Amino acid sequence: MRKIGLYSLLGLFTIISIFPFYWMFIGATNESGKMFTNPPTLKPGDQFMTNLQNLNASIDLGRVFFNSVFVSGVYVIVALMVCSTAAYALAKFEFKGRNAIFTTLLLSMMIPYQATLIPLFQLMSNFNLLDTYFALIVPQLCFPFAIFLLRQNFLAFPTELIEAARLDGAGEMRIFLTIVLPSMKPAMAAAAIFLFMTQWNNFMWPLVATTSNEMATLPVALSSLIGLSIIDYGQVMMGVTIATIPIIVFFLALQRHFISGMLGSAVK
Amino acid sequence: MKTNKSLPYLFIAPALLLFTLFTIYPIFSSFFLSFQSMEGGKYEFTGLSNYTRLFGDDIFWKALGNTGVILIVQVPVMILLALVLANALNSQLLKLKGFFRVSFFLPAVTSLVAYSILFSIILQDEGIMNTILGFFGIDAIQWLGDPFWAKVSIIVAMTWRWTGYNMVIFLAALQSLSREVYEAADLDGANRIQKFFHVTVPQLKPVILFATILSTIGTLQLFDEPFNLTKGGPADSTMTLGLYIYQNGFEYFDFGYASAIAYVVVLLVGILTFFQFKFTGDKS
Repeated sequence: MRKIGLYSLLGLFTIISIFPFYWMFIGATNESGKMFTNPPTLKPGDQFMTNLQNLNASIDLGRVFFNSVFVSGVYVIVALMVCSTAAYALAKFEFKGRNAIFTTLLLSMMIPYQATLIPLFQLMSNFNLLDTYFALIVPQLCFPFAIFLLRQNFLAFPTELIEAARLDGAGEMRIFLTIVLPSMKPAMAAAAIFLFMTQWNNFMWPLVATTSNEMATLPVALSSLIGLSIIDYGQVMMGVTIATIPIIVFFLALQRHFISGMLGSAVK
Repeated sequence: MKTNKSLPYLFIAPALLLFTLFTIYPIFSSFFLSFQSMEGGKYEFTGLSNYTRLFGDDIFWKALGNTGVILIVQVPVMILLALVLANALNSQLLKLKGFFRVSFFLPAVTSLVAYSILFSIILQDEGIMNTILGFFGIDAIQWLGDPFWAKVSIIVAMTWRWTGYNMVIFLAALQSLSREVYEAADLDGANRIQKFFHVTVPQLKPVILFATILSTIGTLQLFDEPFNLTKGGPADSTMTLGLYIYQNGFEYFDFGYASAIAYVVVLLVGILTFFQFKFTGDKS
């Protein structure tokens, strides 16, 4: 009896969690009006290509998709370098100001993003960097949560191994790259997924930092579609699908690392 | 072990440089900006004028009130729901754990813009939500057109997006709890609900505090959902502080005033975090 209750509860929440995704797919493959019929249309339609073409006519899909992939991809690689070296220093070296730096990084997570938005915009504007990949990528490269997550994992790395390598005469950079990092793959994967998701889904900063349609990222272009006076819902649903599928595939492929990485950082 | 003194700084320098330039500098800069107003084409120091202006600004009070209502309703509902789900998923006998965990977490992966737009279509007057309600004999609700239901829509959407995220955090903490306490509770004849409230919740207190603070900070910055779901309407009923900062900054180009509102949010985050620590009696 009790088990039936448990499974019904979990089943119900599974449906609530998944149904909007299914509905998104229904919308992307049907005509605009099919989303508002009674009884509802629950079967995929044959308008996939039409919706895709219409979407492409509205937002230069190829360019916008490239922008999102390029910005997120470059961001993850550079942010991982910046954050992992910082996390390593904070975890494994004694130096003046270490605690102050770490505390400041943690405290900065409490500052609402909006408090930095306007000066960031002015800074980019003054250097004529608005509407560039630089503006989209660079400001958030130092991501305190990623540093925190990586530091937690680096702390667990045996210091004796580092010291042994030093006695063997290995340089510090070599120790970091060839001894520490290879054993930190799960932590780096978790941080990479987190950084990728954050950047792929980012909206407010790209919205203010880009002014031309050529530099828009997927969320910005999507948002512009619902600002039109007549909304083609099939096209919009196709856009939502294209913004959502890559991140879901990415997540499903790496979810083991991601959830364990998140778990690690939450409890330690 | 002696190492080169400058070495650690070399490792941390890139992060520190970026952090100073793109986080520390903007935080101070926007603080100073909040005391300035545009006078004759350039920014002049005008003291507390932006802050005093807030007192007479009805939209600001509305945004503050809306953000408060959403915070007070959404965060507890979501935290409780996440706890219940985490507790259920932690059950020893449960099969398909991985499947449920991934399903519940999936909404947290999608972009705030994408799911806001998706919900704006689901919640239209003729949308599927009302069609489904119709099957149960419930009259159609004006989800996005009625001031009360528009707030409910935002709350429903946020709960959908974030519950799984908090659930994963709680699940991690649950798995690190010792089994012995539960065995002791079993011996004392505690039932499931008693165990949940008297054994599980107290032990998870630090993690619940952590999740609550994160959600509070997130809600105070609420922007993507109202921007894409309701545009703050109808009649400013879903105007939030985040949306109002954006409007003042990037639609009216009043950076000084927008910064002042941003600092109200900073202040609120500080105050609420302080009280959440106090309330739960956690010293760290």
